[in-house]
Amino acid sequence: MHERRLGTWLFALGILLFPLIVHSNYLLSILIMIGFYSLVCNGLTMLMGYAGQISLGHAAFYGIGAYTTAYLSATHGWSPWLSIIAGAIISAFIAFIVGIPTFKLKGHYLALATLGFGVIVYTCFKEFTSITGGMNGFFGIPSIKLFAWEFSNDARFYYLIWIVVFLSLLFSQNIIHSRVGRALRSIEGSEAASDAVGIDIMRYKLQVFVYSAICASIAGSLYAHYVTFINPQAFDAMLSIYFLIMVITGGASSIWGAVIGSSVFVLLSELLKEVVPLVFSNAGGEFEIVFFGVLLVVMLIYMPNGLTAAWKKITGKWRTSTTLSPAAKGGGGR
Amino acid sequence: MKRNGQVLLTVERITKQFGGVVAVNDVSFDVNKGEILAVIGPNGAGKTTLFNIVTGILAPSSGTVRFSGTDITGKKPYQIAQLGMTRTFQNLEVFTNMSVIENVMTGAHRNMKTSFLQAGLRVPSVKKEEKAVEEKAMRCLEKVGIAHLAYERAETLPYGNQRLLEIARAIAAEPALILLDEPMAGLNDEESRRLVEVILQLRKEGLTFVFVEHDMETVMAISDHIVVLDNGVKIGEGTPEEIYRNKAVVAAYLGEEETVC
Repeated sequence: MHERRLGTWLFALGILLFPLIVHSNYLLSILIMIGFYSLVCNGLTMLMGYAGQISLGHAAFYGIGAYTTAYLSATHGWSPWLSIIAGAIISAFIAFIVGIPTFKLKGHYLALATLGFGVIVYTCFKEFTSITGGMNGFFGIPSIKLFAWEFSNDARFYYLIWIVVFLSLLFSQNIIHSRVGRALRSIEGSEAASDAVGIDIMRYKLQVFVYSAICASIAGSLYAHYVTFINPQAFDAMLSIYFLIMVITGGASSIWGAVIGSSVFVLLSELLKEVVPLVFSNAGGEFEIVFFGVLLVVMLIYMPNGLTAAWKKITGKWRTSTTLSPAAKGGGGR
Repeated sequence: MKRNGQVLLTVERITKQFGGVVAVNDVSFDVNKGEILAVIGPNGAGKTTLFNIVTGILAPSSGTVRFSGTDITGKKPYQIAQLGMTRTFQNLEVFTNMSVIENVMTGAHRNMKTSFLQAGLRVPSVKKEEKAVEEKAMRCLEKVGIAHLAYERAETLPYGNQRLLEIARAIAAEPALILLDEPMAGLNDEESRRLVEVILQLRKEGLTFVFVEHDMETVMAISDHIVVLDNGVKIGEGTPEEIYRNKAVVAAYLGEEETVC
């Protein structure tokens, strides 16, 4: 148990010190992007890795968070803090309503239904021009202020997003090591047996879906306040698939997979932007889709449990043994 | 024929049809508190269908099931489990993605309170509850004799121990009744003996068991009461001695035991 906390605090320390050591706005902006995606993937990992349910529609919640806060803060002058919370509440509500029929489905059908949901929401962003600005985008989203402190430069925003990511990781970690976490994992383990010990499967699927929607929504809201301009294409179905790739690359069975997967994804796409034009001088954005498509296939074949699982295999550690180790128990096991 | 004791489970005139096929036909029986009741019958007799109706996986076409005074007909499996009826599975359904003790802790779900928000914020009560449930899970593992494997990964356990783990998980829920679906299937003699000991010990502690079983030796050895099905119809019930003497049962089932099993 203490070992588990140690990792978390080391991670926090690393995050805290990074901007003091590295003075590059470019690197900070990359880390901020990683932060947004980590927040989304944190919720998604709980949904996919622990409860074993797929979603190909989380770009929708990312977008709902972004547009809600943009609309309320820019058009109606709300404080961004309030509009971010409003976005999270709306996302939670939509997730709940959509989840009730959707989670009666399993496997491929669930994947398709969530994909469909994402496409519908994307179309709404495009067509409700009076609110969203349509394909022209939404301009002039204000930056976030805390008293006189404005999160307008990269260094400040870096701390803001990573504090949120850190808190959400803590929250998820607490969930995992509790009655609720075991209930979620039991769904992935065996639905028949969860039923047999009195676990209301539908309720837990919905709860974790709502939680993952809130994470995605807050990430999207913060993203909107960071870039100050959004348009529907930032929230299309491709992004949902990228989220899936991040979760799988990082490893859906560990909460750290969210951070690792997001980092690998963002760093690789930055690298691609540098390298590909050198090789194919007239390549557009499509190479990214091809590359990550191949990456997904390769990961699923050779490391279906992601990088964190592969790393743990190498270091001879296994997730659940660190969850509850006999050492932490004080003489429980012989 | 009338047994003494308090009725825990009542199966009353249960019929289940699948299209034109009548899988269970007008079957009734009672299970008394503290008793070990076996449901036997040849393959296709309707035992599994009956089992699935009692646990709520299937809804009966007609008839009612009552458990500690509550009508549970048509209730969902998790709702029935929450009332204090748990089960084990013929084809083992341990949570392979957890350690042994976590499996058992999951079994205690119904008597715990932590909600999603409380868990995420790790309020003080959660820590206390976690500690208590871990100790309880350890006691359940001790009862079935696999406490030394508590921190192993569940899927690494051999078959016989996985079945014991399912029983530990079932008793962690502090149920009144445990249903065992062919508990002896796939076990060797040594494992079967251990399992019988565990079941008898738990019965002594006040638990009630209903089980479906092919292994006649075990059935005759540990059952207090036996219900015999054939072609969906109850053709007899009674103590093991009565079943031996029942001509209809012997003709339908015991007489052709060799060919059936």
